[in-house]
Amino acid sequence: MPTSSADLVARLKKGDLRAASRLMSRAEAHDDETLNSLGAIYKAAGQAHIVGLTGVPGSGKSTLVSKLVEGMREDGRKVGIIAIDPSSPFSGGAILGDRIRMTNLVMDEGVFIRSMATRGSTGGLARSALTSVDILDAAGFDVIIIETVGVGQDEVEIAKASHSTLVVSAPGLGDDVQAIKAGILEIADIHVVSKCDRSDSNRTITDLKVMLAMGINIAIKDRDGKPLWQVPVVGTSSETGEGIKTLIDTLDKHRNVHLNTELGEERLRQIAEYRTFKTAEDLLRNRFFKSTNKTIKNVVEQIAKRESDPFTASNDLLKKIAF
Amino acid sequence: MGLPIRVLLAKVGLDGHDRGVKVVARTLRDAGMDVIYTGLHRTPEEVVNAAVQEDVDILGISLLSGAHMTICPKIMQLLEDKDAADTIVVVGGVVPDEDVTPLKEMGVKELLLQDTPPKEIVARLEKLVEERGPR
Amino acid sequence: MSTLNKEDPKQLVKQLELWEDNEVNTFLNKQPEREDNFYTLGGFPVKRTYTALDTKDIPIDDIGLPGQYPFTRGPYPTMYRSRYWTMRQIAGFGTGEDTNNRFKYLISQGQTGLSTDFDMPTLMGYDSDHPMSDGEVGREGVAIDTLADMEALFDGIDLEKISVSMTINPTAWILLAMYIALAKRRGDDLNKLSGTVQADILKEYVAQKEYIYPISPSVRIVRDCITYCAENMKRYNPINISGYHISEAGSSPLHEIAFTMANATTYVEEVVKTGMDVDQFAPRLAFFFVGQADFFEEIAKFRAARRVWAKIMKNQFGAKKAESMRLRFHCQTAAASLTKPQYKVNIMRTTVQALAAVLGGAQSLHTNGMDEAFAIPTEEAMKIALRTQQVIADETNVANVIDPLGGSYFLENLTTQYENKIFEILDEVKEKGGTIKLIEEGWFQKHIADFAYETALKKQDGQKPVIGVNKYVEENEQADITTHPYDSTTADRQISRLQTVRATRDNNKIEKLLNELIEVAKDERQNIMPITIELVDAGATMGDIVEKLRTLWGTYRENPVF
Ligand code: B12
Ligand SMILES: Nc1nc2c(ncn2[C@@H]2O[C@H](COP(=O)(O)OP(=O)(O)O)[C@@H](O)[C@H]2O)c(=O)[nH]1
Ligand SMILES: [Mg+2]
Repeated sequence: MPTSSADLVARLKKGDLRAASRLMSRAEAHDDETLNSLGAIYKAAGQAHIVGLTGVPGSGKSTLVSKLVEGMREDGRKVGIIAIDPSSPFSGGAILGDRIRMTNLVMDEGVFIRSMATRGSTGGLARSALTSVDILDAAGFDVIIIETVGVGQDEVEIAKASHSTLVVSAPGLGDDVQAIKAGILEIADIHVVSKCDRSDSNRTITDLKVMLAMGINIAIKDRDGKPLWQVPVVGTSSETGEGIKTLIDTLDKHRNVHLNTELGEERLRQIAEYRTFKTAEDLLRNRFFKSTNKTIKNVVEQIAKRESDPFTASNDLLKKIAF
Repeated sequence: MGLPIRVLLAKVGLDGHDRGVKVVARTLRDAGMDVIYTGLHRTPEEVVNAAVQEDVDILGISLLSGAHMTICPKIMQLLEDKDAADTIVVVGGVVPDEDVTPLKEMGVKELLLQDTPPKEIVARLEKLVEERGPR
Repeated sequence: MSTLNKEDPKQLVKQLELWEDNEVNTFLNKQPEREDNFYTLGGFPVKRTYTALDTKDIPIDDIGLPGQYPFTRGPYPTMYRSRYWTMRQIAGFGTGEDTNNRFKYLISQGQTGLSTDFDMPTLMGYDSDHPMSDGEVGREGVAIDTLADMEALFDGIDLEKISVSMTINPTAWILLAMYIALAKRRGDDLNKLSGTVQADILKEYVAQKEYIYPISPSVRIVRDCITYCAENMKRYNPINISGYHISEAGSSPLHEIAFTMANATTYVEEVVKTGMDVDQFAPRLAFFFVGQADFFEEIAKFRAARRVWAKIMKNQFGAKKAESMRLRFHCQTAAASLTKPQYKVNIMRTTVQALAAVLGGAQSLHTNGMDEAFAIPTEEAMKIALRTQQVIADETNVANVIDPLGGSYFLENLTTQYENKIFEILDEVKEKGGTIKLIEEGWFQKHIADFAYETALKKQDGQKPVIGVNKYVEENEQADITTHPYDSTTADRQISRLQTVRATRDNNKIEKLLNELIEVAKDERQNIMPITIELVDAGATMGDIVEKLRTLWGTYRENPVF
């Protein structure tokens, strides 16, 4: 007889990581009983610093996470990692490869790594990834890093739905500024240029800085127009360790600018809005496809016969939901 | 909503034979499963930690080094200690016939050794998860 | 009746057309062929038959004569007419004493060279009492921690008289140092020692997966082995550049050779950079290939490998000496082609593969045991495998004519196709940024994994028949076989000698030498061999040396490719 999710939540709040990992599976599976417990988890969470990290495949994200976390562990912070890799569009299966870059962390009791697959656009990735973040948060992790591949809207938005968003670019992956090509230049709170042990990394840094200087005014200012946060470019190397400490300090600074400030509160509202929308979307989709309800079948039948149309019918369906 | 079966594929000890495990990883992915690979040269502790955090349905251990009677008992014990005894453990690779029974007695659910066709591996794993039921 | 005339291809084209229209068609109408298209195991399409038309574009000099550039027909002018290939069965299990007994048994059975397999801790640089070694000591090969083990391993064997091959890679230089230290203690002449350490680290990253340090310092160690031997051990092969493992990891025969050549040229470049003349070391570079199941393809593969190497050495590296251009290789039959079901059939498979190696001109050969799919081989299995070689040598007369298949339309054509494809791949490697970059990017590994996966699927659907596995299967077969037993006292015996060495050596001296080692390692211009020889002679363990250098170089971690 499987343990009830309520039990698991109780264990989770005491920091039981086995409970955490099981709850993540159940939440991802959209298990009804578990969904009822997720609210309690959400409310228990809210202490951790959530860091979103994105960049094109191969830019060195996972390796960077492994070094970053090593550094954060030096001052005792517990770190959770949600590492997201793409599913195969053909089979729906996936080989989740991020963890392999993080073997240095596996024996550390203060680190928790969870791999997730994107599962295509209807897989509810945002909901389940952010729920997993809550779970780690409620379990007492101080920092939670979400690594997503910077391609695909969902993946980018997830990285954005964090307190601090890192965008990673690497030398040697082509001549263009990758972040622009991937459409993720603007979402960065901090730009990271990885692999700075390589001789061509200076160019990547310069290109990026030029782009930022030219581009939209990305500096965040207070009411008096004084810049609160100027998006920096930090060079790192996971080979030599260069820049890792600086990156940690920069992350902390970014966190402080947002802690208990109007700016921070605004960001929390944005995240809340995004999550609500994604969760609603997901619940709706689930209910729609899971429904054994005759209504939907009838509606579909009518639309197919052109007796009704998708617009009127959707509106009618939505009216049944009270906002 | 049915989730893909989650499998952790592990190479434990000094064994570097990875041709088989790679074939298996690809096979399972192509059958729609989520596969996490530990990489080579892992310790039993590392593998079990990963299995716990990833909450996998199946821990698949690939061993061709002959060290299975040292490694498997350690893994079974650690799973027990970490409250993860409900993980289905499967072993593949080179294991002499006479070790099959002792391994099963210590809780290994299935041994899928040389020349097991990929399709059969998929079918066996699906069956094992189905037999286990929800958890 | 007219003779076939190379000068008149038109006549031949005509004859072929008529044959197809008449004889072939008549038969096809009665019974279609087994397949629409036929391919070699490596995927080369093969035609119904081959004629002079298929060889007419091959320059006569490319075929040449045995012992003559480009050595297509063999590295030596007399080949097996003067001496058979070296019959070199692998041995290695337990402690030095255990393997020493097996060596002596094999020699008594007519084996003419020795080949040593080491256990995983030795292969990976761990001492037998390291936690990672638990359960692995002496299991898959012989355990060597210190020079004392080496003494036991070669006890009563005259190293000046028999050539010894050691299958060892990331720790090859330490084993070589032990071998040298042992020979020196015995008063042997280093210039009389013959044999090889495998020491081919690049293929480890792509195929065998025994690595310790990152690529760059690892290649430097290989370079040091090569230059040290060139200066101090005239008859010794400091490296055995291997396609075998690439093939067994799943690659096609074409990639086996092409990737091996890519690795080989990388080593040559590294050594040349030190300022050493190519003709000073190239003559002692040796190769190691697999003998796969596709009989003719394998022979063509070996012949093409020789031709390609000769051309590379001459044209790319400007070698002057013929010895620098002649490729010599050891061959092992294809272990991964052997099966657990109906295991005795493995003897037939091995026989055919061994014959291809001999017809392909191998210098040395290991034939696998019938128990390959079960465990490391028993004495009995090795005896039959050795006898297989002896039958080929002594009873079949195949060794009396050199390159007897030379001139075969099919074989010459396939040899040249192989050559061309190998050069194409080598060009691609260059264009994409070179061997080391491509290893880091997983390019070789991807090709290997793809072919391995394809092979698994073809076996599954029967497209690749394997007797006993997907064809002529015997239900409920009970294997009636005695396999190699693992002696459970091995680790204790081994560790006790290790502890004795540690207790009796001068630890201060070891400490001092280890610090010197680090200094040598830091300075790329120095050679790591002399200090390592001093260390092992003073009783340093393999683990002492490996761990010390890990503090400087770190540990390699692979990016797996599926
Ligand atoms: C190929 C091979 C190699 C290649 C490996 C290349 C690579 N990267 O993998 C090379 C040549 C490098 C090699 C080297 C060595 N080898 Co080797 N090798 C083999 C061989 C011939 C075939 C293995 C193979 O790849 N088969 C093909 C694949 C597809 O099959 P598979 O691995 O069995 O996997 C299938 C199933 O087992 C199953 N499976 C596998 N894993 C898993 C996991 C799960 C979860 C599941 C569900 C299923 C599953 O699914 C696969 C598909 O059917 C075997 C003998 C044999 N016939 O098995 C010896 C063998 C395993 N090797 C052996 C030895 C001793 C060595 C060495 C130690 C020799 C030495 N002293 O130098 C080295 C060590 C290398 C290392 N780093 O560990 C011994 C092991 C002895 C023992 N266990 O008692 C064997 C048995 C040979 C022998 N008789 O001596 N080897
Ligand atoms: N030279 C160098 N290579 C790196 C560095 N970080 C990562 N890499 C390599 O870049 C590749 C991709 O790294 P990975 O972390 O998996 O990237 P991800 O796909 O963005 O997660 C791997 O081959 C890494 O070894 C670095 O700092 N320097
Ligand atoms: Mg990654």
